[in-house]
Amino acid sequence: MLADILQLLVAGLATGAIYALVAIGFTLLWQTSQTINFAQGEFVMLPAFFVLIGMSYFGLSFWPAVALGTVVSIITLGFLFKRLMVDPMIRHGVLPLVIATIGLAILMKEAVREFYGADAQPFPPLAAVTNVSVFGAAIDVQSLVVIAISIAAVVALQLFLNGTRTGRCMQATAQNPTVARLLGIPVERMILYTFLINAALVTLASILITPIYLAKFTNGEWLGLYAFIAAIVGGFNQIRGAIVGGLLLGVIDNFAAAYLSSQYRMALPLLILIVVILFRPQGLLGRVEERTI
Amino acid sequence: MRSGRSVLAAAVLAAVFLLAAPFLFRPYGIFILTMWAVMTIAAIGLNLTLGYAGQISLAQAAFVGIGAYITAWLTTRGWPFWTTYLLAGVVCFAIGWLLGYPALRVQHHYLAFVTLAFNTLLYLVFRNEEWLTGGIYGINNVPRPDVLGWSMSRPREFYYFCLAHLALVSLAAWWLIRSPWGRAFVAVRENPVRALSLGVDTRRYTLMAFALGAGLGGISGALYAPLVQFVDPTPFSLGLSLNLLLMVVVGGSGYFFGPFLGAIVAVLLPEWLRFTQGFYLMGYAVLVIVLMVFCPAGLLGLVDRLLKPAPAKADVAIQREATP
Repeated sequence: MLADILQLLVAGLATGAIYALVAIGFTLLWQTSQTINFAQGEFVMLPAFFVLIGMSYFGLSFWPAVALGTVVSIITLGFLFKRLMVDPMIRHGVLPLVIATIGLAILMKEAVREFYGADAQPFPPLAAVTNVSVFGAAIDVQSLVVIAISIAAVVALQLFLNGTRTGRCMQATAQNPTVARLLGIPVERMILYTFLINAALVTLASILITPIYLAKFTNGEWLGLYAFIAAIVGGFNQIRGAIVGGLLLGVIDNFAAAYLSSQYRMALPLLILIVVILFRPQGLLGRVEERTI
Repeated sequence: MRSGRSVLAAAVLAAVFLLAAPFLFRPYGIFILTMWAVMTIAAIGLNLTLGYAGQISLAQAAFVGIGAYITAWLTTRGWPFWTTYLLAGVVCFAIGWLLGYPALRVQHHYLAFVTLAFNTLLYLVFRNEEWLTGGIYGINNVPRPDVLGWSMSRPREFYYFCLAHLALVSLAAWWLIRSPWGRAFVAVRENPVRALSLGVDTRRYTLMAFALGAGLGGISGALYAPLVQFVDPTPFSLGLSLNLLLMVVVGGSGYFFGPFLGAIVAVLLPEWLRFTQGFYLMGYAVLVIVLMVFCPAGLLGLVDRLLKPAPAKADVAIQREATP
């Protein structure tokens, strides 16, 4: 019993850590540029395919393919996404951008299906698929690796945001772009950095999660939903909110699937989302945002 | 005035085409056109909620689903179609009213997520509650109705049946938009605080916008069930809600004829361009993105802009309100 719980907890924390990475990227975009990215799930789906293409078409081995996939992702999902979609649209307000990212999600999904295939593809895991025994529970080594890498990524991001000049400039941009501009901070470049960081985070998430769920063009549908829920439940305007939201969601999801009902595993996160939005719209850890008129 | 006349001419041409269409197409073509009419009704509903009242909803597919399941469940148990049809509309109206309450508390993207969550929850219910919905096996052999003893079971008759519904719904929506209610919807969209200070009960109109949109979704579902004659959960997932949202926005959200045009792009064209396979959807997605970059008011907004070159910014807002 205890062993089962421990197993579920570790597996939940592992998927939760991945949701947290995706949710952090999501909140970063929102903070600096009021971008709601409905294609965030597809952003996680795609880099795995870049890696697979690197391996199958260019004959690269795994790590060079990962490097190639990361570079391609940062260029397309970071730089080009901002320049070609967000920049020209941001003056129209939030809604057109939401619609456009819905369109982008369709485009990415259909492109993968058309050019790569509709079947689920295996993806090489980062660590050997073995279990270690802890207190009688068989813990998947892969889960531990995922948790460790996610923690490292979040710590690195926090160090960057709080410890470097550029990071603090980015925070200033997020909090008040007008004042940041007056202080001589290159606001535009800071916003671009957040897009690049988002692209790096989704690439990392993609490489961590795809070995578990296989590479499939529809992966983005539920990944995006979980990232939204994590971001909103934790608090839309806080990085630590996204972390708490992601971990909470991963654990709840795993326990719900095991003990409640596997058919309704999706229902619990959705109900939590509705309750949080209705009674604490700023999220569990979030600040209250002024309501825009 | 000129543009008013050209709109009228286009509407008459379209009406003539729609009346003659069953004689031009084979049964499958008629089926697709009927589907267009049914989806347009759902999109007109969403256009009331989103286009006129400015409340984003990603739950329209859920209402189409509720309407379809109510109709399928009851008519296969011998209930008369008209009772179930009314019931579908009324039940969806009531649930839509309730779903409107979150809109009083949260706006924009939060509202999008609440409605999205509602849609996905309902999809899970459709899929998992086998005793009620038949689960993934769905409900088979949904009968088509009779009208005054005249059977609507053949494709051509059922097409005219749905077209008549579309015409009635359009007239009702046309009247609604020009009534004080429609004006109040636009006021709630453009400036809720001002509307409130002018004595518009924004609370009631927000709820009403949701309820009316949902009710039309239910009616659309009540026609969907006898059209396809089979109801299963798959069509009512989030995908259809997103698709209906894109229909409204691509056609021109807040334009009366927006949903008609949007449904052509989303329902008819994919069938006629079937040889392009997955490329159609990609092209559609690119169209959505490009439209949002250059003309968020949609295709009709683009037409508007081309007919009246470079109006001042303030005029656009006024015209949008005035243009039905």
